[in-house]
This record gives sequence, structure tokens and C-alpha cells, in this order.
Amino acid sequence: MRHPIIGESVPRKEGREKVTGKALYTDDVTFPNSLYGVTVRSPIARGKIRAIHFNPTIPWHEFVVVTAKDIPGKNCIALLEDDQPCLAADVVNHPEEPIVLLAHKDKYLAEEARRAVRIDIDPLPAIFTMEDSLACKEVIWRKDNIFKSLSVDKGEVDAAWASADKIVEGEYETGAQEQLYIEPQGMIATANPSEGVTVWGSLQCPYYVHKALSAIFGLPKEKIRVVQLETGGGFGGKEEYPSMIAAHAALLAWKSGKPVKIIYDRAEDMVATTKRHPSRTRHRTAVTRDGKLLAMDIDFTLDGGAYLTLSPVVLSRGTIHAAGPYNCPNVRIRSRVVATNMPPHGAFRGFGAPQSVFALERHLDQVAKAVALAPDEFRRRNFIRKGQTLAVGQVVHEEIDMSELLERALKLSDYRAKRDRFARENPTQTIKRGIGFASFLHGAGFTGSGEEYLASVADVEATPEGRVRVYAASTEMGQGTNTIFSQIAADALGLDYADIEVMQPDTAQVPNSGPTVASRTCMIVGKLVETAAIGIKESLQRHNFLQERYDRQAFVAACRRYHDEVGPLRATSRYSPPPNIHWDEHLYRGDAYGAYGWAVYVAEVSVDTATYETRVEDFVAVQEVGRVINPVLAAGQVEGGVAQGIGFALYEKVVWQEGRMINNQMTNYIMPTSMDLPPIRVHFEELPYTRGPAGAKGIGELPLDGTAPAIINAIENATGICIRRIPMTPEDLMAALDATREKAIA
Amino acid sequence: MQTPPSLGAALDVLAHDPGVWRPFAGGTDLMVLLEAGKLAHRRYLNIWNLAELRGIESSSWHISLGALTTYTVVRRNATLGREFPLLCRAAAETGGVATQNRGTLGGNIANASPAADTPPALLIYDAELELLSSRGSRRIPYRGFHSGYKKMDLRHDELVGRIFLPRGRTGWKSYYRKVGTRRAQAISKVCFAGAVRFDAKIVDDIRIAIGSVAPTVVRAVQTEAYLRGKSLDAASIAAAREVFAKEIAPIDDIRSTAHYRHVVALNLLEEFLTTTSAQ
Amino acid sequence: MPDARLPDAPGTIAVHCRVNGRQETLRDYPMARLLDTLREKLHLTGIKEGCGEGECGACSVELNGKLVNSCLIPIAQVEGAEIRTIEGVATKEQLNIVQQAFISYGGAQCGICTPGMVLAAVNLLEQNNHPTEPEIRAALAGNLCRCTGYMKIFESILRACDRTEVQS
Repeated sequence: MRHPIIGESVPRKEGREKVTGKALYTDDVTFPNSLYGVTVRSPIARGKIRAIHFNPTIPWHEFVVVTAKDIPGKNCIALLEDDQPCLAADVVNHPEEPIVLLAHKDKYLAEEARRAVRIDIDPLPAIFTMEDSLACKEVIWRKDNIFKSLSVDKGEVDAAWASADKIVEGEYETGAQEQLYIEPQGMIATANPSEGVTVWGSLQCPYYVHKALSAIFGLPKEKIRVVQLETGGGFGGKEEYPSMIAAHAALLAWKSGKPVKIIYDRAEDMVATTKRHPSRTRHRTAVTRDGKLLAMDIDFTLDGGAYLTLSPVVLSRGTIHAAGPYNCPNVRIRSRVVATNMPPHGAFRGFGAPQSVFALERHLDQVAKAVALAPDEFRRRNFIRKGQTLAVGQVVHEEIDMSELLERALKLSDYRAKRDRFARENPTQTIKRGIGFASFLHGAGFTGSGEEYLASVADVEATPEGRVRVYAASTEMGQGTNTIFSQIAADALGLDYADIEVMQPDTAQVPNSGPTVASRTCMIVGKLVETAAIGIKESLQRHNFLQERYDRQAFVAACRRYHDEVGPLRATSRYSPPPNIHWDEHLYRGDAYGAYGWAVYVAEVSVDTATYETRVEDFVAVQEVGRVINPVLAAGQVEGGVAQGIGFALYEKVVWQEGRMINNQMTNYIMPTSMDLPPIRVHFEELPYTRGPAGAKGIGELPLDGTAPAIINAIENATGICIRRIPMTPEDLMAALDATREKAIA
Repeated sequence: MQTPPSLGAALDVLAHDPGVWRPFAGGTDLMVLLEAGKLAHRRYLNIWNLAELRGIESSSWHISLGALTTYTVVRRNATLGREFPLLCRAAAETGGVATQNRGTLGGNIANASPAADTPPALLIYDAELELLSSRGSRRIPYRGFHSGYKKMDLRHDELVGRIFLPRGRTGWKSYYRKVGTRRAQAISKVCFAGAVRFDAKIVDDIRIAIGSVAPTVVRAVQTEAYLRGKSLDAASIAAAREVFAKEIAPIDDIRSTAHYRHVVALNLLEEFLTTTSAQ
Repeated sequence: MPDARLPDAPGTIAVHCRVNGRQETLRDYPMARLLDTLREKLHLTGIKEGCGEGECGACSVELNGKLVNSCLIPIAQVEGAEIRTIEGVATKEQLNIVQQAFISYGGAQCGICTPGMVLAAVNLLEQNNHPTEPEIRAALAGNLCRCTGYMKIFESILRACDRTEVQS
């Protein structure tokens, strides 16, 4: 009996190509006779386009020039709404908004030409803060600048204040964060009216691009083809944006009749593409003197940038996660995402939850202090348990024991001993040490009825030679899609890992399994792969070509026989929602997610009081994510996510000036190097989720939620300083220390 | 880009068309400026292969390093590690391995960034520069070489030839600390180098240099003068901080703030004095 | 990407060097980046551009045995040089032990930093065949990875050293 490979750290499916440099990313692929495309962008945040001047020093007759007038279909990047133009026509609403596209076969001349186009824009007043947007200092989007607002109500918050022993308020902020995938955005396109449009590129969601191109060109689905090439990191930054760059490359290809490649250099990628939504959260919390939560009143605002893009969904996730894994009888959440004249903010791993969880976990440490409880004791008294309801009214059905998870994390990190030791030693040390944690949950899959709406499909096929092929739109971008799909299909069929081939996500050959986002690839699509693989087996067994128990040889023979006697062997699996999952989109209440990952992260920091530099010295990440399909891949996801969370907390500040990122170089946008990161120690607990493949849930985004608040909690432990805003640079810490001293003196 | 066959040929080119040619060594600064479209010169003189500008030599009086000495070579030199450890520290903190393999001392000096990592160390060691041209050579103290932001005493037809470090100091204690945006691959926000010799508890002689807090690297001569002959205690350290504060003029920029640089610079001075006096 | 065409430049030049053991003639503008020339003229697409400013190390190659960022080197400076890229790390028969370790121990996720990272590791091991973890961290400080948090990269390299020891 073959032993299962789910649960084993089988090597990455495309590992060999990656370590030899043979894997082909978008800029590695060249078509003959192709042109380089470049984008001319708005120099200012808001205004009316008056004229476009082409400097006569450039031989323009050699160039392909595309403006909004050249768009055959609708001038919009179709996503949730159609407010974002593909190319600005009359007005611009953010710096670096694309206006003119150029293409030429000489890449140096194309760059020179880009600098030789001058756009005359009559400036209009622009707004750059959430406060100005909410105050409607200028109305820049529809009637009130509000892309979306949400309300969540549980119990009766206002009735609770009177009976509270303590009421604690706090305001918390998070800044923008750049995804900084090491491979910049890139796309290659061919396009003509008779054959249609094909694009190849670095992307996460082939069918999002497909939908967008269909609208731009006014062509039916069959005439659009999107092929994902090896993608060098995405993290959400290649969820929406590729539709834009694909449209640009395709428009140039359409007009020129030649293949066009657009590759952004790092500076353009950083300044023009999406970032994590900045946030501001206000908490007002009522507790008893025993530290039991009575009421949470949460006000949550996100900055969406100039166009709607995916902001309503980011708001949704942030809102649902705002009250955390706690049992609180009365909760009110009021949230909204607003427009500003910055490049639209977009998906970045965590997608709203890192913002609201930062606020919550920072705030609960303050609440604990207010009732003189240690942070861990406070959490223990309030953790949600099976049978209790989350803020949106979802009853927890999982056997999760957060207190036990917390205890495990505290033991592994030696939390109590260190806390005591640091408290004793810090007064006489210039380097202060501290330890802090965050406890949190992260919903896997799309919210509410989102998965039902996506109606994802995956196929599995067996060739006459018995080779098994997985067809899904889920993309590999390092997280291990190809590998886990192979493991799942191999175990479902009792075959070898090597027998499974995961087909390239090409809309001409794979069904729409939905986007590669929302921590859904393993749990939702992996389940479809599992079901379809079982479907193959059942087809063979139904025809008596295969017995109940069989070996690989018998499987191969059965496939051959099926092809000879019946026909092609392919099984399709369509998503069906779990029964008894009900979500009310209007009341924003019900079963928000099919399953949650649960976690406690502990950070140990040192703070140098001479330079105000903070170092994360040790990090423990404990999480329950259902069945771990591949331990090395899963740990890799957590380690990488924690590293990004460390960047979010301490290093990755976007410096804005008039709505433009001015530190758009890797020298000045600081991500951690190998010298900046601590050992990251990862531990999994497994409560199998019956609706996930082999019991697995989602994992990709979870690490971004708890890392930053754990670190800032640790800094407060080390220094006594309450930091409410990230990223927190040494300059910020110094300013906070100065402010505390001034207050103490006054 | 032209590659002259010899040092003499290179100097002739520079003399022939003064100001037209930009000497190009390892490229770790110049290529980044070229990428950003910030280079005024359009003609580059490839000096990377000029053997006369390489090599570390020693005499009884000096160690001399060719201008093309890379950071990697500096780090690996045992004599430098023993006698001029701060220069090795500075080299180790400049970029990663790939930068250290191509970055050169001459380039670091001639790029004249106030945030450069080796100049504070060179100032501590009273370095001298030998500047070469087709007219001959001249030797000047490195101190005073930089007269203003990106302005230096290097004529259009000159190349930095050698850097001389006077030997013979004994009994000095030294300190180097670079505060950057992260632990590696970082441009400094403050870069401090200090060396001191104590006679019992008294400061017998002292050198203090600091980068990223003024338009040029600073040799804090007034702070040195104040401390010479003093005994280090809370009062003298506090007073030294006040003198030092007047010798620096940090600014706000994309990486940091004037206030942060000011406070940290003074803290590093204090850390230098307290750690060396405790050794 | 900087404009390699400079006024008064003679157009392209021919540069002779050895790349991955083979004699090659590179033809490009003198100020063309080694990164671009190797990728476009020799089709060595294993070398990647991540930042164009010498920060990320995705463009790492070995130049005369030393690790360098090829985005910062004009080809006019590589006349007579010996260059090794990621394509020159594996032999015809088998992968380098570092490459094998990266596959086995999760050192690569999206793979874009991997060629530079492998080359940096191989370069390190050629000089120090049993580095400590701090030495590995310092040697790889110029190679940025956004996916892994570096943990499994270090582990892969440490395991590669162990296996080398076992073999020898």
C-alpha cells in the first residue's frame, strides 16, 4: 500500500528550472520582430489634460503611438466597477496615471521618446489624506468620495457603556506598503482584429485579465487568451494591476500589428502600481474590572487611492477581521474606504486584515493595562470558543482552543521568563529588550457568498498513457501551487508525484478556478482538484476498468482501455458551497468564511536607546491551519510572510509628496536583508477541516496579520512607549520618546 | 567609454580635454547615477585596469593603498586589520559582497558623498592623498580635501593615485559605528569614527570624524580640542556633546531627519567616549 | 535602464571574454550593461534584473571569480574577463550541491532571486567551505529575497555544506 505524500515535504515541482536559471519569466521570453512598449504618465495628481506635445527631436514616424482614442471597446479596466480608465482621456486623478503609450523596436530610443512627450495639464486641487477625503475638501469620486462603507452590529454597544468598569480608547494607523516582488511587472501581447488578443505575462489571475481585455477590445471571450508565465512574486501586487499593463501592451500590439513587450523598471513599478491601503482605526472598548470584554466600538477607514479597483473587498475583509478571535457580546463596526488622488491602492497579502488586526492587537494590550492584567491573561479571559459567535455573528464550529495555542507560543518563546528578566535588567541597560505577542485569526477563501459567486471549476484529465493533468487557473508564484496540486492529485489517485502534471494557466486550456488570492488556492481549488481526481478514478471504476484497490500499472492500463473503448477521460469539479453557510450581504452578518486559520505570534525585540534602532531578535509563529500538505512549503509561507510583516512594522515606509511615492528605488524603500531578520521559528497545529483537501485550510495571508502588532507590543514592553502607527522607524520612536518626556516634564 | 592602455595615457586624456572625461572605476556609484539619468558627463575613462593604481604597499612610515583598492581587498588585508581596523570596519559596512568587490577607495573619495563610509575612518588616521596628473603629482592631507557638497580639491586633469596612512600610533582605542536604514546595503544616516589615546584617565590625543551630518564629512577639530587634556566624566562628556553639536549641520532628507541625526550623532560621541574609556 | 547610447560613441564595440567556459565576443554599446548584453546577445536569461541599481543582487554573476552585480558593469570593462553565470553552475551531468539543496530544503519559492542567490552561495563556499550561519547571512546580504524570509535559504546552504563534508 503506497504511503501518502500529503504531509511530506516533496521537492518543489518546478524547482529544477528555478535553481538552474532555466525558468522563463516574462522578460526572458522574446518574440521575433517585437517592439518595446513604454508608458507616458501624468506628472501631477489631478487636472484637465489640455494638450500632448511630441518633441520633434524624436523620429515619431517610426513609433506606434496609442492614446485613449485608439481603444476599440470601453476605456476602462473592468473589475468591480468601470471607473478606472485604461488611458486617461480628459482628466487625470493621480500622479503617474497612464496617458500615452509608445512602442519602438529600439528600447533605448523608446525610453528617450518617453521623456520627449510633454503633457499639458491644468491642475485641479487634489486631496491626499483620508481626513480631507471624508471632509469632502474636494469631491473627487462620485458624490462623496466614499467607494464603499460597511456596518456590523452585534448586540447593543451603546447600552454597554454604562455598566463598564473601564472604557479605553485608542487610535491606530498603518501606512502604505509596496509589495516589492523582485520581478517587476511585465507583459507581452499580440493582437489583431481577426485573431483576437493574446497576452503572456507575470500575473496571479488569468481570468481577471481575460475579463478586462474583453471589455477594452469589445471582443467576445473566445477571442481573448491569457497565459501566465513564470511569475517572480506577486503577494497581491499582481492581482489587479496586470490587467492594466496587459491592456497597454495589447493596445500597442493591436495598433502596430507586431508583438509588444512592456517591462517596468523598478522605479516605474514602485511609483505607478498598487500598494497596501493605508488605514486609520479608532477603538472604544468597554471592559469589566475582571477584564471581560463588554463592548467594542470600532471605526475603520481605508485610503483607496483614486479609483475603486478592489477597495470594497479589502474593506470587507478588514472589517470582518477587526474584532478578532474574541468573545464580545456587543460589537459595532463602522468602516469605509475613501478616494484620494494617489495611484489606486490594491491587494497585498492580508488584504485589509493586517490593518485592522494591527489596531486591535495594539489596543487590547492597552485595555489589558487599564485593568492591570498581563496581556496573555486578558486574552485568555476573552478568547472565543466553539459554539460562541464572532462579531459578524458566525458561530465557531471548530474545536479551536486559543488558550492552548497561546500557551504553546509563550512556552516556545520563553515569554514569561524573558519578560521577567527584561523587566529586571532593562533599567541598567542602554539596549532595552522586550517581548510581545498578537493573537488572531484569518478567514480563508472569499468572504460570504464570494466563493459561490466565483463558482470555481477545476479539471483533471488522464491521458491514454496514464499521465494525469491538472487544469486550474491557480497560478504558481512561489507559494507552491504546482507542488500541492500534484500531491493532492497523486494521493487522491494513489499515484506517484511524478505522474502528475499541472498545466500552465492559459485561459485557452484551463477553466476558471477563480483568482490566486484570499488564501483560497489550497483550500478551495485544491479541494476541486481532489474531487476531480477522484472523479477520474470513479469513472474508471464505474466501467470496471479499475478495481477498488489497484497499483500504478493497473491505473495506466485502465486509462488506455478507457480511451480505446469510451473516449477522453476528464473530470470537472465545480465549487459547491458548504451547506448551512449563510451570509447576509445587507446586514453584513452570518458565516463570513468557510474556515479560519488561528494563530499566536511572539516577537522579541531589542531597542538601542543611543540610536533608537529596533531589532527583532527572535520570532515564534504558532498557527492552526488544518492539514499541512507540505511542511517545507507551509513553513516557507509563514517565514516569508513574517519577513514582510517585519518590514511592515519597522522598515517599509512609503514617502509621499503631492500623492507620488518619492522613495521609489530599492536604495530608499527599505525591505529587510538577510542581516535584519531574526530566526523565525514556525510551528503548526492541525485540526483537519473536512471541506479542505485532505483537511487543509488556507495559510498564505495569515502571517501578515499578527507580525506587526506582536513587534510593536514588544517595543512597548521594552521601552514603555505606546506606538500607534506603523511603519515605525527609529525617527518615529525617537519622536515618541521625546513626546513622552515632554509630557512627563509638563 | 575609452580604455587607456596605461596610467600615463589616462592622464594625457584628462589633460587634453579637461572636464570632459569622467574617470570610471568600479561603477558602483556612477552606474546608479547613469541609471537615474543624473550623470552630466557623457564620456567615461575606464581606469579599472590601471595596475599602478592598485596594490597595498608598506614602508616604515606609511601603508599606502592604490586608489583602485576594493573594499574586499581592504577587508582581507591583515596589516590593515591590525593597524587601521576602522578602515576595515568601514569597508565591511559598505554594501554587500558584490559592491565590496567593485567599490574602490578612490571612488569613495572622488564621488564625494557626505554619506560615504570610508572617509570618517580615513580622517581618523590622518590620511594623505597623492593626486596624479600629466603635470606630476602632489600630496595633500585628506583633511580639507572636501570643501563643500560634492566639491573637492581635485582638478579636472587629476586622478586620485594613492592613499597614505601614517603608521606608528600605539595605544590608541578606536570606535566605528554606521547607523543606516538597515543592517546591510544601507546608505548611512550617521557614520561615526573615533580614536583616542589615554594617559591614565586623561585624553592625551583624540580624533573624531563623522559623515552624513554636513555637506562634507566632518573632522570635529573643536570637539577634539576641547577633549584634549581633559578627564572624562559626566560633566566633560556633556560639555563635549555641546561643542560637537555646533560642528555638525544635519539636514532632513528622504532617509532621515535633521533632529534624528543630531541626537544620534551626539549619542555616538558619548558612546565612543564611554566605551573607550572603559576598555 | 540607463541609455547606453552616448553621443560621440562609436556605436557598438566587440568585447572578447570567456563566459561559462566558452570564448565569446560580445557586441554592444560600450556602456551597455553586462546584464543586458549577456541576456540579449548570449540568451543567458538566468540572470535577472530586479532593481537596476545594485541593491537586489538578482543580476549577480562571477567576474574573474568575484561576485558582482552585472547591472552596474559596462561591457567595455570586461575585455579579457572570465565570467560565470547561473547557467555555468551545474555541469552537464548534474546539479551543483547548492542547487540540489535549494530544491530539497525549500531555498527557492518564486525563483526570481534564486540564480543570484545560488551564485552568491556557490561563490561563498568556494572561499569558505564551512561557513557559520552568521557568515552566510553576511555573504548573502546583497541578495534580496521577498518570498522566503531567508530561513530556508540559509538552511539549504548549511545542508549543502554538510553533504560536501560527508562526501569528502
